[in-house]
Amino acid sequence: MDLNEWVFVGLFIALAWILPATPIVLGKILGPKRPNPVKLEPYECGVETVGNTWVQFRAQYYVFALVFVLFDVELVFLFPWALAYNQLGLFALFEMAVFVALLIAALVYTWRKGALEWS
Amino acid sequence: MTDFLMDDIGLSHALAVLIAQTLGVFVVAMFGLLWTLLGIWIERKIAGRMQDRIGPNRVGPFGLVQTIADMVKIIVKEDIVPRGADRWVFNLAPILSVMGVMLLWVVVPFSAGWIGTDLSIGALYLIAAGSLGNIAVLMAGWASNNKFALVGAFRAIAQLISYEVPMVLALLIPVLMAGSLSTQEIVREQHIMYAIAVPLTLLIFLVSSQAEMGRGPFDLLEAESELVAGYQTEYAGMKFGMFYVAEFLHAFTAGVLTAIFFLGGWRGPWAEDVHILGFVYLMIKSMAAYFVLIWLRMTVPRLRIDQLLNFNWKFLVPVSLINLLVVAFVWKLIPDTDTINSLEDALLPTAALLVANGIMIGVIGWALRERGRRERARIASIYAQPAAGD
Repeated sequence: MDLNEWVFVGLFIALAWILPATPIVLGKILGPKRPNPVKLEPYECGVETVGNTWVQFRAQYYVFALVFVLFDVELVFLFPWALAYNQLGLFALFEMAVFVALLIAALVYTWRKGALEWS
Repeated sequence: MTDFLMDDIGLSHALAVLIAQTLGVFVVAMFGLLWTLLGIWIERKIAGRMQDRIGPNRVGPFGLVQTIADMVKIIVKEDIVPRGADRWVFNLAPILSVMGVMLLWVVVPFSAGWIGTDLSIGALYLIAAGSLGNIAVLMAGWASNNKFALVGAFRAIAQLISYEVPMVLALLIPVLMAGSLSTQEIVREQHIMYAIAVPLTLLIFLVSSQAEMGRGPFDLLEAESELVAGYQTEYAGMKFGMFYVAEFLHAFTAGVLTAIFFLGGWRGPWAEDVHILGFVYLMIKSMAAYFVLIWLRMTVPRLRIDQLLNFNWKFLVPVSLINLLVVAFVWKLIPDTDTINSLEDALLPTAALLVANGIMIGVIGWALRERGRRERARIASIYAQPAAGD
């Protein structure tokens, strides 16, 4: 493998950092700075903020995140299979059919459990 | 370029490579950003026409310089950081958001010879780099010390990670057919563009990338009627501008990726020899895909959060899993799919896949119609009951 291609990615990351940062810094220099307590309040449509922002939120999001992690990990296994699919025999297809069937079973299970319901 | 620096100027190999690559990086990145200036104008014009307006038409001929005027305006605005915000995270989020999109351009094959760098794991790299934007959204929402922003960010993350699953499943199919993860290789393998062979996959990819960039019917992460502006609520001046640039660039990049994976990228008559022609073809195809995305955005009403997640987990994900199996099965059924070297070789697999896709789309369409009919009957019965009781 040629290492040069990763040098390019490295340089690109550096530039992709600098390019958006430049106008932001420029904006900081050029823009006015007249802060006052009311302006710096968190914006809640004119109503004063009550309590802390960083409180507990509904756990529903967490369930979706868990289902996502499950599927994302399975997808990582699918990529090498798809990549080598042309060289593999018919057996690879059946193997993957079993794998995907398991995935679908997992999806049906979470579905029946009600984890996918937003209430 | 590297040869010129080494032989004619006499630099060492490492230095020559570094200089050549720095130049390449600048060209690709600058192209992306300059295109944004023009693209925002194009999008606003199209959006205006679709909503029976004229769109920007005051600054410069046809309003062409409107975007530059907006940039100048936004750059002299005051930069407000709300009280109690997590400054580091708050300032990093817009930068990371642009970065996540710009990094995608590394592996875009502009033509037969023009590509930032042809990574052997291109498609996987696209998914990885694309996920940076999700982190930026969460950072922005969390650091703002604002409840609207936090709720917006939570919703956004639930949406972005959910729709990543069908998008990646759709990306698997060009990879499977080309037998390569490299973007350049996938374009080269498309003797007949994959959009004809696997239209269902193209649809899944378009819909899920529309959701990935939080636009169109999926823009409830910034539903202004309930969440002010979602995770961007506390951002002002150029930091807000950067989120805007990122969103626009992401939309256009989705068009480019559609063109690469499904519309044959730079392929076209004489594109193999004349590189500039390949570039023009890619741009035309990208703009076509991008136009469809704008069209979706402008004409479909916004979904509710439960509808959005239902649509993904109960429709798109099962459909794309079955789609993957069917395509893989048909691909193995046709002989010699591993050595497709010309248009003639590609004809038979394409036709077979097209038939399989037609059957799948027919079955799905029928199921959706039945479902719709039952739902309408159910709602009609709810409204009919009080009348019967009178």
